[in-house]
Amino acid sequence: MEPVYPPLRQGLLAIFKRDLIIAFRQRSDLVNPVFFFIMVITLFPLGVGPEPEILSRIGPGVLWIAALLSTLLSVDSLFRQDYDDGSLEVLLLSPQPLFIIVLGKIMAHWCITTVPLILVSPLLGVMLFLDTETIKVLIVTLLLGTPVLSMISAIGAALTVGLRKGGVLIAVIALPLYVPVLIFGTSAVEAASMSLAFSGQLAYLAALAIFSITLAPFAIAAGLRISVSG
Amino acid sequence: MFETIKLYYHKFGTPKFFYELTSKMLPWLIGFTVVLLIPGVILGLGFAPMDEEQGHSYRIMFIHVPAASVAMSAYVMMAVAGAVGLIWKMKMAEIVAKCCAPIGASFALLCLLTGSIWGKPTWGTWWVWDARLTSMLVLLFLFMGVVALNNAFESAQSAAKATALLSIVGVVNLPIIKYSVEWWNTLHQPASIKLTEGASMPAEMLTPLLMCIFGFYFLFSVLVVVASRAEVLEREQRSKWVKQLVMVE
Repeated sequence: MEPVYPPLRQGLLAIFKRDLIIAFRQRSDLVNPVFFFIMVITLFPLGVGPEPEILSRIGPGVLWIAALLSTLLSVDSLFRQDYDDGSLEVLLLSPQPLFIIVLGKIMAHWCITTVPLILVSPLLGVMLFLDTETIKVLIVTLLLGTPVLSMISAIGAALTVGLRKGGVLIAVIALPLYVPVLIFGTSAVEAASMSLAFSGQLAYLAALAIFSITLAPFAIAAGLRISVSG
Repeated sequence: MFETIKLYYHKFGTPKFFYELTSKMLPWLIGFTVVLLIPGVILGLGFAPMDEEQGHSYRIMFIHVPAASVAMSAYVMMAVAGAVGLIWKMKMAEIVAKCCAPIGASFALLCLLTGSIWGKPTWGTWWVWDARLTSMLVLLFLFMGVVALNNAFESAQSAAKATALLSIVGVVNLPIIKYSVEWWNTLHQPASIKLTEGASMPAEMLTPLLMCIFGFYFLFSVLVVVASRAEVLEREQRSKWVKQLVMVE
């Protein structure tokens, strides 16, 4: 008799819930990316000077680059723990397709590490003298752009999970691929701060998000299989 | 027809056949490189007419343009070879893909350096955030990522698979990066600075340029073949034919 497997949606939700539960049992890991994000942004006024004109000019780029760096920093933990305790191998052997499991894990990881960043970004926007309209657009660009960043860096994480030296390597692999997201994200915010039209950039970001969410899980799944089975 | 292609495909995929075939091919490849590149460079640097606007400084184009072209092709070739290795488990494709990465990176670096040397007299600065310069820089970073990932693995097999996957992801992203950078550039910079378009070029300039481009492609093929042969010998060092080869030589 053919074994009956649970539907895909159920598998996706199960892995999503599992990762959220694990994350909420290690609360210190939850706040670290947010603190990193805040600290990096604090360094900029100290580095370039506190003048409101300069800060509001570079603000969108600074916020975006800080968000990009903190996703990069947190993504190493995406598969690391599961790899170390062996549960990644069990996930690889499960009857659910691997890209669904990967998608669930990344969704959970995005909720844990990136949503807090987006929540504090209005506050930091105010500290960098961005006006309210600009901050609204900034949040929309971060909501559309950070899933792409998570997907891209997850490819790097999947390829390097079997190696001892993960961190810097992921950055070297993933940073060049971040370029389009950074360009469209910051230029939308800059256009909004000059009260120009910005819907085109948002459309590009949304397209990138759909593109990466559809295709990247397959690459990530392939990367995990390479890392685990060698 | 299909059967012969399949036969040659499998033959070419074996390291021994590759080594023997390239032993015969290599003198020809070197010959073509020398015949095209040396006269091309001499003609381009010494005899091509001077450009009306840029004077003699445009002559660096005879190195710069071929390097740029080869660097981009090298990335695509690396991805295609990587995909062949990943899908059909062809050993030679993995080796060639691995050898493409550092060589392609060198050509990208050469392109950036020559571009920057050309930019100093023409634009007055060593570096301009021009769309083409920036996308070439990103291409160099993509190459560096592949090289770094390749070096990080201990087993050659997983290294080949992982870099193949990364270069496929990179090749999918390459057009997106290219067009986003171009779009970013038009947004940030007015069209005050533009690379001269080579569409209307006198034949005295075009001939050495084409010779240099083809010469650079042959040079690239020589470098890849030599590097792959060294890699083949290293990987197959325990096999009988390599032992025999080394004993004879």
